[in-house]
This record gives sequence, C-alpha cells and structure tokens, in this order.
Amino acid sequence: MTRPSDGQRRQMLVDMVSARTQSQRMWNLQRQGQIGTVAPIDGHEATIVAAAHALDPAHDWVVPQYREPLALRRYGPEVLEQFLLYNIGHPAGGHIPAPIRVLPNQISLATQLPHAVGLAWGMTLQDDPGVVLAFFGDGSSSQGDFYEAGNLAGVLKAPVIFLCVNNQWAISTPVHLQTAAESFAAKAAAFGIPGVKVDGNDVDAVYEAVHGARERARSGLGATLIEAALYRLGAHTTADDPTRYVPAEDLAAARRNDPIAILRSRLEAEGLWDAATQSEVESAALTAVDAAHERARTMPLAPDALLDHCVSEDSPRLARQRLALLAEVEGTR
Amino acid sequence: MTELNMLEAINESLHAEMARDERVVVLGEDVGRNGGVFRATEGLYEKFGERRVYDSPLSEGVIAGATVGLAIAGLVPVAEMQFLGFAYQAMHQIAGQVARLRYRTQGRFDPAITIRAPFGGGVRTPELHSDSLEGQLANIAGLKVVAPATAADAKGLLASAIRDPDPVMFLEPLRGYRGIRDEVPEGEHLVPLGSARTARPGDDLVIIAWSHQVEMACRVSDRLAGEGLSIRVLDLRSLVPLDVAAIAEAVDACGRVVVSEEAVQTGGFGGEIVATVVEESFWSLEAPVVRVSGYDVPYPVGMLEDRYIPDEDRIAAAVRRVLEVA
Ligand SMILES: Cc1ncc(C[n+]2csc(CCOP(=O)(O)OP(=O)(O)O)c2C)c(N)n1
Ligand SMILES: [Mg+2]
Repeated sequence: MTRPSDGQRRQMLVDMVSARTQSQRMWNLQRQGQIGTVAPIDGHEATIVAAAHALDPAHDWVVPQYREPLALRRYGPEVLEQFLLYNIGHPAGGHIPAPIRVLPNQISLATQLPHAVGLAWGMTLQDDPGVVLAFFGDGSSSQGDFYEAGNLAGVLKAPVIFLCVNNQWAISTPVHLQTAAESFAAKAAAFGIPGVKVDGNDVDAVYEAVHGARERARSGLGATLIEAALYRLGAHTTADDPTRYVPAEDLAAARRNDPIAILRSRLEAEGLWDAATQSEVESAALTAVDAAHERARTMPLAPDALLDHCVSEDSPRLARQRLALLAEVEGTR
Repeated sequence: MTELNMLEAINESLHAEMARDERVVVLGEDVGRNGGVFRATEGLYEKFGERRVYDSPLSEGVIAGATVGLAIAGLVPVAEMQFLGFAYQAMHQIAGQVARLRYRTQGRFDPAITIRAPFGGGVRTPELHSDSLEGQLANIAGLKVVAPATAADAKGLLASAIRDPDPVMFLEPLRGYRGIRDEVPEGEHLVPLGSARTARPGDDLVIIAWSHQVEMACRVSDRLAGEGLSIRVLDLRSLVPLDVAAIAEAVDACGRVVVSEEAVQTGGFGGEIVATVVEESFWSLEAPVVRVSGYDVPYPVGMLEDRYIPDEDRIAAAVRRVLEVA
C-alpha cells in the first residue's frame, strides 16, 4: 500500500480546489455567453486529481474523456490554456503541445479506449517505460469500444489503466439502466484483468489503486480496470437541466460527501490547510482561468484555418477550395 | 393548422404514431424520463410507459442492432441517435444489418425501422454533433434517407417513415428544431416519401436542396426576387427514394441549376443530384451545374463553422455565376 505523502495530499487539494473554482468560473462565463458548453467538474475532483498524482507526467499518458482537463494541472499549465481555446471553439485547442502526454478531449464516447490500448502497446514495442491511463464514464462503459479495448488489453498485457469514473449518471440515465452487473469493476473478469472499485471521493484510495495498477503495468503484468465511485454534483453540462431527473435527496446526500470538503477537513485537522490557503488557491485559480480565457479570446485565427491540418498536403480540389475560401473571406468572390 | 417549430412537430408526430399503433416502440439515450436531450420525445414516457419508451444504455451499436430484432419480433422500432455523428458507432449495424435485413432474408422480414437523428451545423456543438452524413447513408442500399426542411414536413414525413415497411434514416436539422416554425396541419398528416416539394416557384434557375439548406435557398430566392430574378427552390425532402421526375421537371423548366448542401463536397449527395440532372435533363441545361457545399474537411469547431456552412452569400454568388453564363 502506497499512501500519498503530506506534501502530495496538500498539492492534490490545491489542484482540486483550483479545478472546481475554474469550472465554476467557466460555468458563469458560459452563462454570460462568453464561452461554449461546459461540463462541470464538481464531484469528480478527487478521482481525477489523485489519479494524475499517481502518474509520472514525464512518462505516463493521460487519455481523457471530456470532463477531466481542469483537474490535470499536474500535467502542466498548457492543459488549462488549451482547454479554454478548445472550449471557445478555436481549432488550435485540439493541439496540446509536445511533450505533454495528454490527448485532446474525446467527445465520441469510449473511442478513446482502443486508442489507449494501442498507445500502451506501441510504447511496449518501443521499450517506453510509461503507462497509459484512460478515463471513461459509467455511460461509456456500455459501448462496444470499451469491451473490445478491454479484451485486447487483456490479451496483450498492455500497460494501460482503465479508470471508470462512475458518477452515477450518463446525462439523465442512471447506472442501474446502464448495467445489471454488480459493479463496473466486475467487468474486468471478462478481460482477464484485475478490477477494483474504490471510493472516488477519497484521494488516498484512488491514489493507491492507480499507483498499484501502474506498478503492475510497469512490471509487465498488464492492464487494470479501476472503478471510482462518486457522484456528479452538478449538471451534465450547461445544456442540461438535472432537476428533471436527479432525485433531490440523492443529491443532498452526495453533497455531504463532497470530496473537497472531505480532504479539506482532514488537512485542516492535520494543520496542512487553512482559510487563508483556501482563498489564495482560489484567487490564483481564477487568475489562471481568466488569463487562459483572455489568451484564447485573442488568439489569432488564419482566414483559411478551416482547411488546415486536414491532410498533410492540399489535394488539387482542396487547393481550389482554399482559393475560393480566401476570396470569400476577402469578399471578392 | 397550428404554428409549430420542428421539434414540436416531431414530438406531435411521435405521440400520434404511438397512439395509433401499439407496436411502435421508442428507444435511445435519454429519450424516456428526460424526454430526449432536445425534448423531441417529451411526454412519451409519461403517456406510453417504460415498456414502449426505453432509456437505453449508452450504445448506438446496440440501439441500432436491437431494432433488427425488435422488427423481426413484429414491433415497429423508432430509435434515436442522440446526434447523427454517433451513428458511426452503429454503422456496422445500420449499414451492415438494418439496411440488408429484407434482402438477406429474401423478404421474410419487414425492417419497419425508423432511426431519427439530429444533424447539421450552426449551433456551436462539440465535435461530431453536426456532421452531415446523408451522402454516406444514401450510399447504403436498402435504407431510405429522409431530411425534412419544414415543421409540417417533419410531422408528415416522420409519420410516413414510421409506417413505411423499410428502414428509414430520419434526419432532423439541429438549427431547425427551434429555428424553423411553420403552419402544421392538425390530426393525421402524411407526406409520402420520395416526393419533392417546390418551396419557391421560379423559372430563371432552380436551387436544389434538402434539410436546412432549403431555408437558406429560400432566403436567397426571396433576396434575389428584389432584383427581378425568379429563383425556384426544390426541396427534395427525401434523398432515397429520390424524386427524379421532380428534378427533371424543375431543370427542364429553369435550364439552370445550383445544388446546395452542407456536407463535405467530395462524395457528397450533391454529386448524385448533379449526375441525375445530367442524365435526365442534359439537353435542357443552359449553363454548367454548380455545387455549393461544405469543404473537404471534417465538420469544424465552433469558431469556423460559419465559414464552413453554405450561407446566403455563398449560395447567391453561385446563383449569379450560373446566371451569368450566356
Ligand atoms: C458515442 C456517443 N454517444 C452519445 C454521446 C452524447 N453524450 C455526451 S455525454 C453523454 C453521457 C456520458 O456519460 P458518462 O460516460 O457516464 O460520462 P459523464 O458525462 O457522466 O462524465 C452522452 C450520451 C456522445 N458524446 N458520444
Ligand atoms: Mg457518468
């Protein structure tokens, strides 16, 4: 059992508070019409942050779904910066700069899981010592891609960690309509890999599980499926009205298990956190997200950016389309 | 007649068809308790219950695949793909199975299956929510592909699609859900599959379009009418079956043609229309046919989509180009 150090736990809380603060700021910016759809992070912080802290950013890849970026501070400030660009619909938002080992958000659910297995496999073929951690939701687990990826990972003993973020909902669909299995972790049996279910609100539990899975992967024993059970405390996205389907009493109970409150009170009791720290972290987080928004807002956009990076070289037809587009932009068609 | 937006018209049609035929079942992601992420299936769960309105697991593959079995069992499934771009996850079922059920069983089973899906751009969605896949779908033999442009047609074509014994991909323009409103006949209203509609009369040139591009074409027609130009708009309403006679009739009457679509140009359904025009009405043409379309790139991110989608200016420019040919 490997527990995070005091220093790590403190840094995890910094990351968790930052993520929520920034997510709430983005929610407000979306409501003011300044940015695009936001999938709030509330309730997911402990799992994503603790998983990131159990990894080595220099070697290990993170393959996100779409709710994770704000909680991946450990992978560098560029993740936040690119996330804002991505959110406002700037094409450059898809380009997370090398050498950061984070793939862009995946909207097409569960398609990231076969990618993660291929990446892990490719790393072993090249004696790269890193592992791959892929996030996916309880909802995504119903896709064929999940089963196909898990199966391949099992057969290959690929150094991949499938981290199922079970937040009890896939938009309005509750987990009991998603699966009849006793847990998502139990599905590991079908792949011949270990499956563990942990309390996703407890950074220690998530850290230990990911750390253990990483050791296992690095020693050549292959993949692990981890289910982190938590509760989506916010809406699915800014386009969703959860009051239509989330039972108020369930939400109230979940709020009493808020992962940030849990870790904060532990650290406060240990003298590692106080109100002054909290407000310092919050204001630094706001400054960072606002700066990222400003950077995104003012990022230049080439008039023919629409046609860039689709193929390595314009075909004759695409070259003609580029001329037509430029003429249209200049109003000289 | 009542004025409805497309979403309300679709919802009304679903209610009516479920009430009319108890074999009709609705399935998809979030279609039940939540009434669909756009509320297209609002109220169905409450009225018809969980046996007929099913909140499925998050798997387009199993949604499409299960319709085959439901149809074999004698039911009339109406499935929803939450967004058409996620039909890719179901393509092995839609293209490989749904479309071929009648053929591979040599008529034993009626695949009376309808798969509804919103598509098309203009509402700043994330990746894969706005892609226009109708050309890909039209290339799948055995499928019908329907794409209404008005609320009245959405109601009438959906009812026909559900009653049709063949599998129908029913494509609903995202921008039209709340953006298109028109007079919708009350009560039973059927629009046959495979009959085009003249959305604007005219005889100088015809713009052939479907789905939301019909709205754009009509705006162009109205705008150019101010300059004394008479621009007909032909709304195909269904791509498969295609109303070839209506295309020929319009081209013969106008002699000049612009085809407008939102999809990627190469391999798009617009090319099929141009081929049909050439086959049917070559001798009536007074100028080369021009296609207006998206570009040969994936449907782009939000900041670029206004550049991507053919707008009134781009369509009007194409119209002028074709009219300038002596
Ligand atoms: C293949 C696919 N189908 C449907 C959707 C639409 N959609 C977006 S998020 C979502 C629910 C995802 O639930 P889950 O995987 O549990 O992740 P969560 O949102 O709870 O974090 C759905 C159905 C999609 N993005 N991709
Ligand atoms: Mg979920």
